[in-house]
Amino acid sequence: MRATLGAGFTDVRVLMSHAMETGQRKDASGKVIPLHFIQNVTAKLNGKTVIEGEVSQAVSRNPVFSFRLKGGQKGDKLELSWLDNTGVTNKTDGTIA
Amino acid sequence: MLKTLMGGAALALAAALPLHAQVDIRKETQRWQQMIAEGSPAELFEIEGEALWKKKQGPKNVSLEGCDLGQGPGVVKAAYAQLPKYFADADRVMDLETRLLHCMTTLQSRSPQDATQRLYGNADRPSEMELLSVYIAGQSRGVPMAPGTRHVKEREAFELGQKLFFHRAGAWDFSCSSCHGEADKRIRMQYLPVMSQPEGVRKIVATWPSYLVRNAQVKTMQWRIWDCYRQMRWPEPVFGSEATVAITQYLTVTGQGEPYAGPGTKR
Repeated sequence: MRATLGAGFTDVRVLMSHAMETGQRKDASGKVIPLHFIQNVTAKLNGKTVIEGEVSQAVSRNPVFSFRLKGGQKGDKLELSWLDNTGVTNKTDGTIA
Repeated sequence: MLKTLMGGAALALAAALPLHAQVDIRKETQRWQQMIAEGSPAELFEIEGEALWKKKQGPKNVSLEGCDLGQGPGVVKAAYAQLPKYFADADRVMDLETRLLHCMTTLQSRSPQDATQRLYGNADRPSEMELLSVYIAGQSRGVPMAPGTRHVKEREAFELGQKLFFHRAGAWDFSCSSCHGEADKRIRMQYLPVMSQPEGVRKIVATWPSYLVRNAQVKTMQWRIWDCYRQMRWPEPVFGSEATVAITQYLTVTGQGEPYAGPGTKR
């Protein structure tokens, strides 16, 4: 995660490592690779939720998510977590620089 | 009725054609390149590379932080912009990737097999080499490219690289200059830079390693040369060999002086 402070806003860019399988691909033996994708994304600034979003299986593998926050200060803690369709959650944190 | 309609459609098409002909491919490509650069995640890979640089591993359980990239042990600032260069401890010219391999096998005492097991990564299996190189290169942003040119071996590498660049061989009798030796050549829509000229190569050497949109990974210059040889149907070159380093030396010296603007973003 990289969060950079601008004039009254913060630009955030996060890489989410995920297979993002569409459920349409087959493996070498011809078996369908099951659907496996990120469903929900939540961004928190100092513990307070600022973004809640839904993601579909149309998004590429290892997606990069970037967004602009109003405000933010140097040293503020950011956390981005995601939940996939198998119920697994993962997260990444960073600090505004 | 149908006839007049079709006639009208044909007229409309004919009227639209000159407009299409005016589309400047170079400009449109530049505009597209600017767009992908704005959304580039290259920086995020630098963070991963930094963690690997500091990660203790190998039989000695040490990190690469003591690795001498030419500016003293552990100095990463502006190190990439001053490569390739001659290293007395290895008695040869090395580029960044070759030097990293050297540090992995000496400083960290890792076996060559271990250090080279994943030189080229993919989206499933990222490559340590690629992530490390993008981190080190990022520490040279804004620094003019100044590879070593004084030592006799540095000059020899330049001359070997120049020879290789123009040397035609392989199943298709190709050389680097077959594609990169003349202006206005292109593959499909992409214009190919003339790499034997400073104007053509300056921007190239100042943007590798790069994030490649087509495989969602960061890639090294060694990979780029390896891929060119694959496309030319030559035998596979050895990573970090005298030949691939010599080509990097030739290109970097030809393009020297350009402030490093990478890690870049490419198709």
